[in-house]
Amino acid sequence: MAKIVNVFIDGHHLEVPDTMTIIEAADKHGIHIPRLCYHPDLPPTANCGVCVVEVSGNPTPKRACCTPVTEGMKIATNSNKLRSYRKTLVEMILSNHEVVCPTCVANNKCELQTLSNNLGVDPDHLPNILAKQPVDNTSLSIIRDVNKCIACGRCVTVCNDVQTVYALTFSDRGIDAHIDTAFANGMANSPCVNCGQCTVYCPTGALRERSEVDAVWEAILDPDKHVVVQEAPSIRVSLGEEFGMPLGSVTAKKMYAALRKIGFDSIMDTNFTADLTIMEEGTECVTRLKAGEKRPLITSCSPGWVKFMETYYPDLADCVSTAKSPMSMFGVLSKTYYAEERGIDPAKIVSVAIMPCTAKKFEARRPEMRDSGFQDTDFVLTTREFLHMIKEAGIDFANLADEDADEGMSFYTGAGTIFGATGGVMEAAIRSAYTLVTGQELDNVEIQAVRGLEGVKEATVNVPGFGDLRVAVAHGLSNARKVMDRVREGLKTTGESPWHFIEIMACPGGCVGGGGQPYGNDIASRARRGLALYEEDRSLPVRKSHHNPEVTRIYERFLGAPNSPLAHKLLHTHYFKRSVYTGQVTEEATHKHH
Amino acid sequence: MYKEICKKYAPTKDNLIQILHEIQDSHPQHYISPDAVDTVAEYLNVPANHIYGVLTFYTMYSTSPRGKNIIRLCESPPCYIKGSENILRKLKVILGVETGGTSKDGLFTLELCACLGVCGNAPVMMINEDVYGDLTEEKVEEIIDKIRGMK
Repeated sequence: MAKIVNVFIDGHHLEVPDTMTIIEAADKHGIHIPRLCYHPDLPPTANCGVCVVEVSGNPTPKRACCTPVTEGMKIATNSNKLRSYRKTLVEMILSNHEVVCPTCVANNKCELQTLSNNLGVDPDHLPNILAKQPVDNTSLSIIRDVNKCIACGRCVTVCNDVQTVYALTFSDRGIDAHIDTAFANGMANSPCVNCGQCTVYCPTGALRERSEVDAVWEAILDPDKHVVVQEAPSIRVSLGEEFGMPLGSVTAKKMYAALRKIGFDSIMDTNFTADLTIMEEGTECVTRLKAGEKRPLITSCSPGWVKFMETYYPDLADCVSTAKSPMSMFGVLSKTYYAEERGIDPAKIVSVAIMPCTAKKFEARRPEMRDSGFQDTDFVLTTREFLHMIKEAGIDFANLADEDADEGMSFYTGAGTIFGATGGVMEAAIRSAYTLVTGQELDNVEIQAVRGLEGVKEATVNVPGFGDLRVAVAHGLSNARKVMDRVREGLKTTGESPWHFIEIMACPGGCVGGGGQPYGNDIASRARRGLALYEEDRSLPVRKSHHNPEVTRIYERFLGAPNSPLAHKLLHTHYFKRSVYTGQVTEEATHKHH
Repeated sequence: MYKEICKKYAPTKDNLIQILHEIQDSHPQHYISPDAVDTVAEYLNVPANHIYGVLTFYTMYSTSPRGKNIIRLCESPPCYIKGSENILRKLKVILGVETGGTSKDGLFTLELCACLGVCGNAPVMMINEDVYGDLTEEKVEEIIDKIRGMK
């Protein structure tokens, strides 16, 4: 039981629970202690030493991030001694850092840059001793530049503890200590699932996405190419932050305007294929339920989760929906349905996706994502890369007049837009699966039990004619593990899964917390962005995927019906088994239906 | 082979260090290969990246193949003052290697280490389990020649 204790920070009397550390107590009361490796979302590792404070009765300073408060503690956060310690520590870090701020992706977002500036560090005090090492650019998604790494260890914590992916580790010791993959094999040859949470928590520019900005500009500026763009649900609630708009602003119509200004030929929306995914996945779910299938159906939208499943749970690959992700459905349709409707040669179409996600870059390049006869999705930009393009084009985003998307593959319902928040796919699926099973409409479309940031959420929905539909939602891969272990155990012992239908998203918070989202992507901003998607859902005229008129149209004119042979050919996929050591494919885990 | 070594120990994490030692000692090239790490990872249910972290943290482990005999020359201050630099230079010349390297005949790997606890006999080196003290350049040459003759 936590006890309330009295502490005095810089003379301010605070009453705080004794489970808190000094830095937590100070933060809670608006007293800022300089820090570098500490992040409020992660357990402290006490690597950098910048958060030192003086505690009465102690001859040496204490690290505020890992020192618990005790009764009567008197703490000084600033003194000449502390200022000098902090400066020296940061000077030492800078002396072993590649200081290339103007061209670094983290410029103006870098915590080391800000701290150096705030502390008034003298860059010439210590000579730069950096021995340059090669950059790890093996991965299709993530570039790791050890020269900019300050060995704070946040990426190691996120990769191992939050995501349980086990790709990154500390290697060697002392002055040689650095972060690496096992046997320095590179990210592409490790169990890395490309989720990109390491890029989100990296305080410098040492971890970043593989940029495709130049390739996209080249296509846009090529008059022979027809460039079609799609944007994931969560993008529209994240863009405003960079331009001083309040956190959680819904900016779909400014986003379309910006895309048109940049010069994309056709502006569509991933939310349309999110609705289409519900039709395909929902139909698959209902078919399985009606057949009395004991194995659960698990969502397949999150490419970080899919690679994680292929690596750690390939024995359950047949439980994962064969439906492609909304991005990949859009990609293949842009070069088939869309090309036909518009009378454009698909060879001239360049399909670009703007995603909150680094793993989508890997997904787009999977060899099985070529059902159009081309690479279905040519380029994937993260939210951060798109922001870069908006700035490069000199667009005053916050003051853009609203515009609409182009017609054909852009209409979306509230069900499509909530895909971007954890629980959203489940909620959207229930809204339509209910109708698919009962032939009736679900009246109360808001399913609160699957909303929010609880790691694993469970709900039971009564579906007349079927009974109780048991569902679970997990976000963050350590939570996915908890759910998958119970499924595996259930199937082994009783032959039944605890749930019929499961949603899993690789990133904590779902796509609003994706690895490609703007810097400053902490738990609090993830929650706010998620709420913005639910607000947009409430504001939309149609809130169920099966009422999307463009979805109805594509089935009438092109696909036939959900799960039709053509739908299977274009919109569904299959999975592989991967080595937990190298991440490479070892064999097929499921086969594609034809 | 790695599996058999693993099986001598209970599959609990606290046996990791011991298993790695035995694998390294039993390997003719005194090192721990990626295959060995994969086997241990599976046996102990510990992620391979964690094992790699342990391997690189402790200097006694090697992740690359080494020679039949491992020379560890002390580089701590007492040995340094007594001329370990000269011994190191001599060893590099007669073995034809840099620090950390393995001689062409595969007989020797040259490494540096911290204090061996026999500063009274500085400069000091170990070859495998044997300690050699009061080293001079001539003495080093004799020791190496003797081991070469034994092969």
